[in-house]
Amino acid sequence: MEKKLPTIEIIEKYCKGCHICVEFCPKQVLEMRGFVVAVKDLEACIKCMQCELRCPDFAIKVTA
Amino acid sequence: MSFDYDKWIRPGKLPHIWCPGCGHGIVMKGLIRALDTLQLKKENTAIVSGIGCASRLPGYMDCCTLHTAHGRAAAFATGVKMARPDMNVILCGGDGDGTAIGGNHFIHACRRNIDMTYIIMNNKIYGMTGGQFSPCTPTGDKASTTPYGNPDPGFDIAKLAIGAGASFVARGTAFHANQIDKLIAEAIQHKGFSVVEILDDCPTTYGRRNKYKSVIEMMNKLKEIAVPVKAAEKMDPEQLKGKVLTGVLYKEDKPEYCEQYQKVIERAQGAAK
Repeated sequence: MEKKLPTIEIIEKYCKGCHICVEFCPKQVLEMRGFVVAVKDLEACIKCMQCELRCPDFAIKVTA
Repeated sequence: MSFDYDKWIRPGKLPHIWCPGCGHGIVMKGLIRALDTLQLKKENTAIVSGIGCASRLPGYMDCCTLHTAHGRAAAFATGVKMARPDMNVILCGGDGDGTAIGGNHFIHACRRNIDMTYIIMNNKIYGMTGGQFSPCTPTGDKASTTPYGNPDPGFDIAKLAIGAGASFVARGTAFHANQIDKLIAEAIQHKGFSVVEILDDCPTTYGRRNKYKSVIEMMNKLKEIAVPVKAAEKMDPEQLKGKVLTGVLYKEDKPEYCEQYQKVIERAQGAAK
């Protein structure tokens, strides 16, 4: 069965590039592209929501 | 399902003014989740703040908000609560606003035990005004006004609140984001003055001066020093050196001020008849 992937929405206008989400993601799903965060490996995401919880800028929305 | 923060945020107010990596945004998210869990009504919730970085928070919230004079959040909030005891009054502020300039208001609000919740975001410095040392800056740490190290010992806000008579005292950190909403929700539900201290990071004015290379290092420091209350019971005093307890630190049922005041009104009206 195909794994149902979550959607990680990044609001680039809000992101200030603090690295918190990139650093505390247990599966290294996110990376920095220039000054804003971007999804590197969506398949590795385990939907733990730690990036959404810790983003101080309301810039990440994870929908399982 | 992703949590919808937008329903509690004033349209068009984001992005906020806080610096990259500032924990205030994490605390604001925790507050929104707590308000949503308790299903509070916007017209019945008042968020009051003084001046400072943390005190910018009510400006972004879509409910009744009051942005007042420096350190005077507790005084204005007491007025709101006395006039409308049915309202849920929440105070927000930083360590400088709450314990230095508003120190007197803070301890007397604790003493009165009026039914409000005070969220103190303790980033150990005055951020907005240019990095001056606050009463919570630890001994030896640098600030713009203590370039050779701070000679003063810092306040322990939780102990101060307990000593002054607050009936609910909790502490969390910006790193432990999923705990913040639970602590705030419990504090709002508690009848009496509740203090929630959130240990926060200020990468711009505190971190840079105190040799923190990045926000991540500051966050890891918060992770390292935090010890849950239950875990601390099994630890030696030696192991607890340099650690900070997190969770609900103190809870007590005490007479609440609005109710006591109502009794005074009834007594006075009875005497007048």
